[in-house]
Amino acid sequence: MTAMLNIKDLRAYYGQVQALHGLSFSLNEGSLTTLLGANGAGKTTTLRAICNMVRSTGAIEFEGKSLSGKSTENVVRLGIAHVPQGRGTFTTMTVEENLQLGAITRSDSKNIAGDIERMYGHFPVLKERHTQQAGTLSGGEQQMLAVARALMLRPRLMLLDEPSFGLAPLIVRDLFKILGKINREDKVTILVVEQNAQLALELADQAYVIETGRIVMSGDAKDIATNEDVRKSYLGY
Amino acid sequence: MELFTNQVLAGIATGAIYACMALAVVMIFQAIDHLNFAQGEMAMFSTFISWQLMQWGIPYWWAFLITLIISFAGGILIERLLFKPLAKAPILTNVAGFIALFAIVNSVAGLIWDFTIKQYPTPFGSSPFLGSQLISTHQAGMIGVTVLLLIALYLFFQFTRIGLAMRAAASLPESARLVGINTSWMIALGWGMASAIGAIAGILIAPVVFLEPNMMGGVLIYGFAAAVLGGLSSPLGAVVGGFLVGVFENLAGTYIPGVGNELKLPIALALIITVLVVKPAGLLGRPIVKRV
Amino acid sequence: MSAAAEDVVTEAPAVEAVPKRAMTLGLGTSLVVLAALVLAPLFVKNFIIFQMTMLLIYGLAVLALNILTGGSGQFSLGQSAFYAVGAYTSAILMEHFGMNYALTLPIAGIICFGFGFVFGQPALRLSGVYLALATFALAVAMPQLLKLNFFEHWTGGVQGLVVTKPDAPFGLSMSQDMWLYYFTLVIAIGIYIASVNLLKSRSGRAFMAIRDNEIAASAMGVDVALYKTLAFGVSAGITGVAGGLGAIAVQFVAPDSYTITLAISLFLGMVVGGVGWLPGSIVGSAFIIFVPNMAEHISKGLSGAVFGVLLFLVIFLVPHGARQVAIVAQQMLGKLTKR
Repeated sequence: MTAMLNIKDLRAYYGQVQALHGLSFSLNEGSLTTLLGANGAGKTTTLRAICNMVRSTGAIEFEGKSLSGKSTENVVRLGIAHVPQGRGTFTTMTVEENLQLGAITRSDSKNIAGDIERMYGHFPVLKERHTQQAGTLSGGEQQMLAVARALMLRPRLMLLDEPSFGLAPLIVRDLFKILGKINREDKVTILVVEQNAQLALELADQAYVIETGRIVMSGDAKDIATNEDVRKSYLGY
Repeated sequence: MELFTNQVLAGIATGAIYACMALAVVMIFQAIDHLNFAQGEMAMFSTFISWQLMQWGIPYWWAFLITLIISFAGGILIERLLFKPLAKAPILTNVAGFIALFAIVNSVAGLIWDFTIKQYPTPFGSSPFLGSQLISTHQAGMIGVTVLLLIALYLFFQFTRIGLAMRAAASLPESARLVGINTSWMIALGWGMASAIGAIAGILIAPVVFLEPNMMGGVLIYGFAAAVLGGLSSPLGAVVGGFLVGVFENLAGTYIPGVGNELKLPIALALIITVLVVKPAGLLGRPIVKRV
Repeated sequence: MSAAAEDVVTEAPAVEAVPKRAMTLGLGTSLVVLAALVLAPLFVKNFIIFQMTMLLIYGLAVLALNILTGGSGQFSLGQSAFYAVGAYTSAILMEHFGMNYALTLPIAGIICFGFGFVFGQPALRLSGVYLALATFALAVAMPQLLKLNFFEHWTGGVQGLVVTKPDAPFGLSMSQDMWLYYFTLVIAIGIYIASVNLLKSRSGRAFMAIRDNEIAASAMGVDVALYKTLAFGVSAGITGVAGGLGAIAVQFVAPDSYTITLAISLFLGMVVGGVGWLPGSIVGSAFIIFVPNMAEHISKGLSGAVFGVLLFLVIFLVPHGARQVAIVAQQMLGKLTKR
């Protein structure tokens, strides 16, 4: 199995401050991988570096193509959807417009309406609220909208930045179930960054642990979940 | 009462000028979050281009169309050449850029076409409209065009994909890039459209104020005022604001003793500041929520 | 990997932060500039001395705007209004009441301080483009107000007032122009030192806290409303003194000398000098006094265009104004001395 995303020696900077110190990892096609780490370890920066939203050096290859020097929008156009931290909802637009924006780069406009219906299938609450301004949705609903908006791209790879942030545990469980379903049924490769390590490890098949800008551990999610250090540091038992 | 009605009508007629300009102001504010101080001069330049085309014997509506295309392209060109490099500079630097552009356009127009006042034709004629001495057919036509333009803009932004993309880029640039929108080009497109709308405004205004390089100075101030009054995020607000400013200005000139023509502008501006202090987002605009 | 969107995380603020120590010049440089300002008039013609006086006066007005914008993050396109009030205060006191010119200046300053403080109240609720528009309105309204019949007895209406230029006191054998120049220089240096100290003081820290993050500042217990109106007041007061000096130097006040063009010039002076960098005020002032003349000289018909192009060159090459030039020069000097 070839790697879909290959990252080598990634270093990222915010102004003078270096946030990533030579990160290397890869994602297999069809996998659901989680990137774990404490606050400030560099998880979000890794996702932002993939989409070229932060100054970085190193090699990032997606399906054999280098992403170096590509603008954010062109990275997205290759089929990489990024659900940012804070969800990035277009709050002044309706739910339906948010979904249409997700598909704004697609040329097969005929299929878009069908895809919107599919999203309403995944997330029925969005259908109920489809003419409402997205800013009036609850946090959980906005997170669902953000995931749905990303899927409207028909992405090959989806990057999720802390989808559980600020949500009630029950909602998080639902959301993760749907993510698993999307991964299996729609064959979307997923990389999810999480602080909720327990849930993320249940869901994922691969896992990486990141500490101060470096990968310190990698392997099957099941193995990582039973690792003594990880249990102490991230799972709390 | 009749005096009042007449003044309101006359106010609506002048308000149409402001409404038209305010639309262009809102357009560019949506794209770049700035008030473009050179907008009036760009509109004046476009109007001169159309005048020149007509001097060369091109019929009115062809000249109109060609001018729109040139203005659209010119707006994009100005953004790409002069303001894209300033995108990351401090806001005040951008304001200085607008002032520089103002000086350049004004001076070049004066050099090419000199500063003498020129007649500018109207396709609507200038006889009294429906027997009213206060509104001419040209002014009625102007109101009509403004309303049509407003509807066209509404349809464009609500029902086309590119309109949707432009709105997204304006409201949340980072999220817009994450769905694959080239926000930089959306800004250029906003400049192009604002420039074309400004051209329409100039062409409609020129028969009233006559054509000369300084024709837009006062108009732009009123356009800003109207746009701010109506809410900078709302094209409809801009048009409503334009008419309100026109009407208020006329009523103040008539009913407040000692105001006269000289003080019309300060009074109109004072009103606007009052409105802003009470309702900072303007009459129809969305409040700006600050995140900490 | 080159970043396409390097600065996405940090939105560029309206006014970039200038650290406090970067607000002034080094001691050596200050002394050189001071010596040049003191000695230069001894070697030039009266007209040039007059221009140098205006350089100092506009420098003061730009400095005042710098305190407002660079200090507290507020923005004004209406400085010409305060300048006009200061000029008229001095002119009226001198011509109608026969007051000594030197005494009129503090009065002009105090009146403008009050005016600015009062205007700062509604301005509190406005920010960004809205504040720009409000101050702009003030600048547009001022000449019209000065023309009103109601005030004509005092202001001279459209005609304006002629002001007598003072002679050098104590029997000094010095031309009127030269005396006025040194008089202005002393005031300018005094105000400059006071301003530097103001920005270094407790109030200055409060100003800068507001500029950098208003909400955080208020959470730290800074009385945001008070300090913002104070900043307006101080800025207006200094502008008023500059206006008074301007009236004496030009020997004439008229409504149309104080239009929005003056306000825009002062704003450009601030941008060219470097927003928030006090020594840059004099550079900005030089730009607004000499560049239009130069432009006129290069091409009469296209002077506006030449001016615009020069302005574009400045903001493209040094978007942070003279401050940027100073920093680069300092670094180069540092390298040279190390060798």
